[in-house]
Amino acid sequence: MTAAPVAAPTGEPAIELAGVGKRYGAVTALRDVSLTVAPGELLAVLGPNGAGKTTTVEILEGYRRADVGRVRVLGCDPDADGARLRPRMGLMLQSGGLYPLMRVGEALRLFASFFRRPADPEELLAAVGLAGVRGSRIKQLSGGERQRLSLALALVGRPEVCFLDEPTAGMDPRARRLTWDFISRLQGEGTTIVLTTHFMEEADRLADRVAILHEGRVVACDTPAALKGAGAGETLRVEVATAFDPAPLAMLAAVRAVTPTGPGSCVLRVEDPPAALAAVAAWLRDQGLRARRLEVGGGSLEDVFLQLTGGADGAAETAPAAEGGR
Amino acid sequence: MSSPAAPLHRALRAQAAMELRLTLRQGENLLVILILPVLLLLFFASARIVPTVAGSSPADYLVPGILTVAVMSTGMVSLGIATAYQRSYGVLKRLGGSPLPRGGLIAAKGLSVLVIEAGQVALIGLVALWAYHWRPQGAPGLAVLVLLLGAITFAAMGLAMAGGLRAELTLAGANGLYVLFLVLGGVVLPVDHLPGFVQPLAQLLPVTALCSTLRATLTPGAALPTGDLVLLVAWLAVAVGLAVKTFRWE
Repeated sequence: MTAAPVAAPTGEPAIELAGVGKRYGAVTALRDVSLTVAPGELLAVLGPNGAGKTTTVEILEGYRRADVGRVRVLGCDPDADGARLRPRMGLMLQSGGLYPLMRVGEALRLFASFFRRPADPEELLAAVGLAGVRGSRIKQLSGGERQRLSLALALVGRPEVCFLDEPTAGMDPRARRLTWDFISRLQGEGTTIVLTTHFMEEADRLADRVAILHEGRVVACDTPAALKGAGAGETLRVEVATAFDPAPLAMLAAVRAVTPTGPGSCVLRVEDPPAALAAVAAWLRDQGLRARRLEVGGGSLEDVFLQLTGGADGAAETAPAAEGGR
Repeated sequence: MSSPAAPLHRALRAQAAMELRLTLRQGENLLVILILPVLLLLFFASARIVPTVAGSSPADYLVPGILTVAVMSTGMVSLGIATAYQRSYGVLKRLGGSPLPRGGLIAAKGLSVLVIEAGQVALIGLVALWAYHWRPQGAPGLAVLVLLLGAITFAAMGLAMAGGLRAELTLAGANGLYVLFLVLGGVVLPVDHLPGFVQPLAQLLPVTALCSTLRATLTPGAALPTGDLVLLVAWLAVAVGLAVKTFRWE
């Protein structure tokens, strides 16, 4: 996979990262990251923990400075030109940012007062489903309610570009759906959005394009449909009760590639699913391994993600996607 | 469709009002900024350990000390601790991503502190007037200026701690210094009543510098203690420098 930039559809990009690198001491957080986002586009940044999602977003928000590379948001350098950018930008931190003793309505009115023509705080509260708790202190809110308040704070200035760092983390499925609808509407109004997420379904559903980050690199960036098409057909997910070495599975005729995803699990790219299923089941039995799960899939964003990022970390990341509901 | 930033004075006023509301919303703040200074005044005025010269009341000695305690509690303790927790909750980081500039945030905090301190001065003055017939003497205008220097010094010390230390350490540090300064700073207990070996240290503290300068300005005919004033200004410079250097949004 290359980290070559995928050209935005048309015109001057709203957001541009070119050859961006970032180190924290001895740890390299980002290397040669190049991405563009067109005006009105929604880019989802997907990746395991530590892949560099938050670092990427925080460089765009102006919280961190890239060591190398070019960064532009609405034509401004967020590091040098933050004061000009901030009134046009909305952001949602991954966690925190709210003072427990503040009331919901107070927080929104405070942020509204930073902008010349803010959105109506009451309308916004109703839109994110918090009108009923406007008088509550923030410390009394549930995790999901805090997330929705953070989202409202991100939007109160009617931003042209919006950065949402894991906007639905900690939400129950119903709140998550509500938030997805809300983000879709926002996108419909022409807001440029970058969101990071752990949830495949979220990326698949909301994003115009998905960038998959792995160990600080962009390993893929395309529309969800193209990514799923490029996932080279069908997969077989294998989970075994004990740790095992899946490498010999590559010898089976129907198996084209093996990607370990954990000590007892792997994803196989297969030619002919029924034949592969039979062959893998027989192999496991010969090895005395007890299969817990053999699942033919293919073409889901999750499969592509697992193939590209591999590793136990990636597998753990995808678990909550199921809880997102289907 | 985008909204440029609001005029700074509007953002600043909103932020200052919020800081003020949040401060007054916490019971422990009311205790340390309003109730404790008044209790200290009432207690030490009746404890007969305060030096008085003929024709003056204990309040003449105590009021400058209590005013010193007041600006110390508001700037160093209340502001320092609140800011440290705002930082640890990510509130400062979130504000840093809003159009409110850093200078606007500091100015809003300063404004909120000044409003509280004006209230403290009024309350302490009224209690002293009512209970001890205390009247401002000497050069009250100059006293206000000196108190302002002290207020800036202690607020900067609070912000420096909030920027440089974890919230828990700021909480412990600010309260620890408060007690230390209360005992050693000559606010209720004259420095020359302290054990001999602590006196040289006590003379160097910012609290001592503020308190003795303030006391001189409120005493008729007393000369301004130049050494203490210089020391106070030096502390102010150090504290502001540290606050600027350690300030962090995260």
